[in-house]
Amino acid sequence: MASETIALSAVDQGPISERLHDWVVTVDHKRLGILYILYALLFLVIGGVEATIMRIQLIVPHNHFVSPEVFNRMFTMHGTTMIFFVVMPIMFGFANYLVPLMIGARDMAFPRLNAFSFWLMALGGFLLYFSFLGGNGLYGAGNAPDVGWWAYAPLTSQAFSPGHSSDYWTMALLVSGFGSIGTAINIIATILSMRCTGMTLGKMPLLAWLNLVMGGMVILAMSPLTAAQIMLSIDRYLGGHFFDTQAGGSATLWMHFFWIFGHPEVYVLVIPAFAFASEIIPVFSRKPIFGYPVMVGATVCIGFVSMSVWAHHMFTIGMNSYANSFFAITTMAVGVPTGIKIFNWIGTMWGGKIQFKTPMLFCIGFLFQFLIAGLTGIMLGAAPFDWQLGGSYFVVAHFHYVIVGGILFALFAAFYYWYPKITGRMLNESLGKLHFWLLLIGFHLTFDVMHIPGLLGMPRRIYTYEPGRGWEVWNLIATIGTFIQAIAMLLFVTNLIFSYWKGPEAGNDPWDAWTLEWSASSPPPPYNFASIPTVASRRPLWDLKHPEDPDWKYE
Amino acid sequence: MSSAPFARSSLEPEWILPSRARVGMISLIAAESAIFTIFVVAYIFYIGKSLSGPMPKDVLEIPVFNTICLLSSSLTIHLAVGALRNAKVSLFGVWWFLTLTLGVIFLAGTAREWHRLIFDEGLTVGTNLFGTTYYSLVGLHAFHVSVGLLGLGTGMVFTLLGKVNAEHSERVDVFSLYWHFVDVVWVFVFTVVYVIGR
Repeated sequence: MASETIALSAVDQGPISERLHDWVVTVDHKRLGILYILYALLFLVIGGVEATIMRIQLIVPHNHFVSPEVFNRMFTMHGTTMIFFVVMPIMFGFANYLVPLMIGARDMAFPRLNAFSFWLMALGGFLLYFSFLGGNGLYGAGNAPDVGWWAYAPLTSQAFSPGHSSDYWTMALLVSGFGSIGTAINIIATILSMRCTGMTLGKMPLLAWLNLVMGGMVILAMSPLTAAQIMLSIDRYLGGHFFDTQAGGSATLWMHFFWIFGHPEVYVLVIPAFAFASEIIPVFSRKPIFGYPVMVGATVCIGFVSMSVWAHHMFTIGMNSYANSFFAITTMAVGVPTGIKIFNWIGTMWGGKIQFKTPMLFCIGFLFQFLIAGLTGIMLGAAPFDWQLGGSYFVVAHFHYVIVGGILFALFAAFYYWYPKITGRMLNESLGKLHFWLLLIGFHLTFDVMHIPGLLGMPRRIYTYEPGRGWEVWNLIATIGTFIQAIAMLLFVTNLIFSYWKGPEAGNDPWDAWTLEWSASSPPPPYNFASIPTVASRRPLWDLKHPEDPDWKYE
Repeated sequence: MSSAPFARSSLEPEWILPSRARVGMISLIAAESAIFTIFVVAYIFYIGKSLSGPMPKDVLEIPVFNTICLLSSSLTIHLAVGALRNAKVSLFGVWWFLTLTLGVIFLAGTAREWHRLIFDEGLTVGTNLFGTTYYSLVGLHAFHVSVGLLGLGTGMVFTLLGKVNAEHSERVDVFSLYWHFVDVVWVFVFTVVYVIGR
């Protein structure tokens, strides 16, 4: 214990410039994890401001809060930011921080690649936002990207996108894509090659298993996007014709390449959210996870099936009936393993001694909201239904249900659950509960009612609308909900900052949990474990605390 | 610290996991394969869709010598790794140098082909869809060959400086995975560009 205290305080001393320098040159997985998370939180605020600007513009018909051009930039930047520079880095951050600790390793497999990947992603985010200053080029053609986050051809061709706005978009995604692939390689190598003695694949915490699948999916899904961005750059810079219909190129090919990335990406984001739920729900139900092998199998199954569903984003472009049927069937099929997971989480809670602490509240919110998101997903997976509602606010409501209602709620659960490990202090429980309830109310106000204007025919991405179509009241309610969500976020940020200095001391294991990270001190020392642990079951800390009734007797 | 109770008994079998370098390289190869797959799909999709000439059958010649060089470099690097594993450093150096030379010959061949296509046949990236897809796919492969040559060259320099010994056979082996991958990709590129597409 004494040696750790010395090592820790040695790191924290010295002038501020030296300490900042230590953070910039660090290769420690915990520090890089924190950098990822802080970086993503910064972009979460920026992306949230962009969303708020759009909702204010749509609060009443014929509003003039922003111009149509600015509105286009807002939805493009909001989508790109939230997917690539909020959820992906935050998931990588948690994976970075938690995976080595949970598998009993001292660092990731390739620490320097880890730092390189983070800074590539940081450069990508910087490039994307530098477009506000540099995107004009010599053309006076508008600054930030305004082609939508999937950037369909021919909007990105030189004719329709002069200036450099689309180039900044392409470069940002290309650079951060290389960073993502590097991190994914690192996660896979860490999990397969760095596990502590006794931790066979069947004894790994589910979080490690799910991040392994996530890493594999990033490798197979991010690479097509990278390839497509290279092609787009060849078109824009070297005069190529990949997506140039006037020279025989195909705009549809871009759609396919984008969605081959785009749909697995949803699972890249949601599988780590599943991972959080799979670690947190058992601890607050005081029961081991129900159906561990089935959970692993379902995740791997999702990984495979989700690679073959991409064209359900493209039903409205007019594919032939074989393609429509194939992608409708695979889309329905991916709901099956996801449903299995939901039943397993309910099975874990069933008969448990549930503690309704803030992390558990967020997990329960995640469970219900993700279920509804999945159900509207099945609706949209039916091709004829999608012909009617594709490109409407119903779709916007559906995927925000997935990303906010599902992924973001699970993320907040992870924040409340692991913050004590990362900082050594507990987050304030009353503020946390207030945050949960406000976010829940705001979320449902915004995104429940958003389905309705979609059903009434309101297309997405319009900057204003005519009165008298029955859309006004729903848009008004949705915008009010946005403000409530914004207040909830402010509470969360306040809690993060306040508790860092004033929160009660957490100790090593505040939740009486069972995975290895809780055996290290809070925050863990740079080397994580004084000696590499040996495990005999899926819940090594349970074995340690209950030597009379260890898990390994039953597994 | 609390890790003391985790201490293992000496009776248990030794704990061996796959080498992280090998896992990392295989993951990288998987990612690269996905990138190449997209480029190959685009190439096949656009075969015969060019609106103007020159067409592949008019200008492409089958690069037989080049292909033989690149594919045989897979064998030489395999022999090099085997030699180093048996601590035969100078034999390793010979095979390694041969691999490097074959790679350079391949790259020079590609450069000659491009020079001919650009200056004699007037085919560039912007000429037609064939030009766009051909230079992208072959260029992406040539880029990977170049990266491989940088690695081979670095290994050659260390060999000449006498810093390479049997301890490094694992690293060299992992690097050779990349080189084999580049060769296998060429089999696909060759088939698609010079056989199917012509």
